Amino acid sequence: MDFIIGHYNYWVVIILMMAGFYTIISRGNLVKKIVGLNIFQVSVFMLYISISTVHGGAAPIIAEGVERYSNPLPHVLILTAIVVGVATTALGLALVVRIKESYGTIEEDEIHDRDHSL
Amino acid sequence: MMQEHASLLLVVLPLIFVPVTAVLPRGRLPWLATLIVTLICAVLAGMQLLAVIDGGVISYELGGWAPPWGIEYRIDALNAFMALIVAIIAVITLPYALLSVEKEIPEHQTPLFYSAFLLCLTGLLGITQTGDIFNLFVFLEISSLSSYALISTGRKRQALTSAYQYLVMGTIGATFFLIGVGLIYSETGTLNMMDLAARLPEVADQRTTHTGFAFIMIGFALKLALFPLHLWLPNAYTYAPSAITVFLAATATKVAVYVMLRVLFTVFPQDFVSATPTDELFILSGMAGILITSVYAAYQSNVKRLLAYSSVAQIGYMVLGIGLASATGVTASIVHLFNHALMKGALFMAVGAIIYRVGACHIDEIRGLGRYMPWTFGAIVIGGLSLIGVPGTAGFISKWYLVVAALEQQMWLVVAVILAGSLIAVVYVGKILEALYFKSPADDMPAVKEAPLLLLVPTWTLVLANVYFGLDTDFSVGMAERAVEALGVVAK
Repeated sequence: MDFIIGHYNYWVVIILMMAGFYTIISRGNLVKKIVGLNIFQVSVFMLYISISTVHGGAAPIIAEGVERYSNPLPHVLILTAIVVGVATTALGLALVVRIKESYGTIEEDEIHDRDHSL
Repeated sequence: MMQEHASLLLVVLPLIFVPVTAVLPRGRLPWLATLIVTLICAVLAGMQLLAVIDGGVISYELGGWAPPWGIEYRIDALNAFMALIVAIIAVITLPYALLSVEKEIPEHQTPLFYSAFLLCLTGLLGITQTGDIFNLFVFLEISSLSSYALISTGRKRQALTSAYQYLVMGTIGATFFLIGVGLIYSETGTLNMMDLAARLPEVADQRTTHTGFAFIMIGFALKLALFPLHLWLPNAYTYAPSAITVFLAATATKVAVYVMLRVLFTVFPQDFVSATPTDELFILSGMAGILITSVYAAYQSNVKRLLAYSSVAQIGYMVLGIGLASATGVTASIVHLFNHALMKGALFMAVGAIIYRVGACHIDEIRGLGRYMPWTFGAIVIGGLSLIGVPGTAGFISKWYLVVAALEQQMWLVVAVILAGSLIAVVYVGKILEALYFKSPADDMPAVKEAPLLLLVPTWTLVLANVYFGLDTDFSVGMAERAVEALGVVAK
């Protein structure tokens, strides 16, 4: 039981990761795929934040009377990864807009039909 | 000063010119700026190579922060060789790009197009330079995001869907890599590759390390289009603008192969890797990839898609060399990486020249064109022979080394697969040549002129390089051997 409750953040990471990954694979709607991709990436952000925790450590801001800090490096790394994630989402959505303009749909199987019925 | 900071300038210079190029007026100015920047990059990459060619190592500390705390650019023979390949291919692609891009991209997009091209170059050069594994992820995403954008500028609307498909699969790959890096970091507390190499043996039997390793491998297998994770590649290469297909086919997957080599041989301890089934998986997937995607290629009727499938098969050869995990095998892999950049560059350029004149590259629409475009046809013949691996061309050298490496370990099946792959290559190259030369042109086809000189010169530069490096292997094999020495791969 301790194993399950004590690692609850990692369980959340795993559930989010699989939910996101499943959405990418199973959904035919291009916007939903991007949403899935986002959830997938967010789970990794949470993984990094979980790794950086130090038992009894405070937020890594220098303050009087605090001696134990959490590891700030993964926070910095994940800030970069968040920026990358935002850029990916923006580009993905921009592509979806262009696809909608030229195909008139954002459903994968309809796009497939339109290319092959020509 | 230039010498000292060459390694950093190689990455920073194109990056600075990304916004500059984007705001330049339309016309040929953005192209000129890009050309000058890539020329300087090629010179810098050459200087860097000269500095490390005798087994030296450049360690550049970013911002003066000592590694492993700061980011370190660590250049040995392998990095320098890779950076030079990327820079040289960019220099050869750009003169070709001028006319090809004018034809295929709307004029108002050209500044942004070249700006994205430079960004992609920054990312690819950055991957080859950096010695920090998280920094590598950032450069990977820089190059990937810009290549999605570049692919989506293709003329057909399928370019958009293939860019989207590549975006989804590429992001999954990069995120897997990120997960892997996170897990490794949680075990070792460091991101510097050399520091990782020193600390990983202590934690080699931890399950977290194994999981991290698996995530990194799968992530990069996606990026390098390792069979069966190659599904994004054929569409992306088919619908991208000609110049971008040339550039990406000759550099992007090659850089991913480099990362694979670096992670397998520098970062992770050798006995750790050989205790996992990595080598067997590489050999298996390499062999399956060579056979299956070559057959796929033989059935394609779009010439660009045919060559794209053949690219996946060629990646199979490189991975096979890595899987053999011997000094000869990895040498073969690196030599093939270099030679394949030359041959696929030449072939995609020649096909791009046909697209420039005819506007299509379907096998039925190019019938008999060889008679009207003798120089383009000649380029496809020699490039095709090199792809098959005929003696006297670059392709022969790499396949020779690969066969020798397989024979060293008495892997007869691997030898058989390599030879079978070459035979299937005869079929698909023959298919292009038959359509171009032996079929009579369609009756309603207007007379087609030879491609303009500006397209032919870069194409033939690469074609002649194919012949040159097929006869004189001092540079290609010599560099690969030095790179293998730098990686510390032991002979088996």
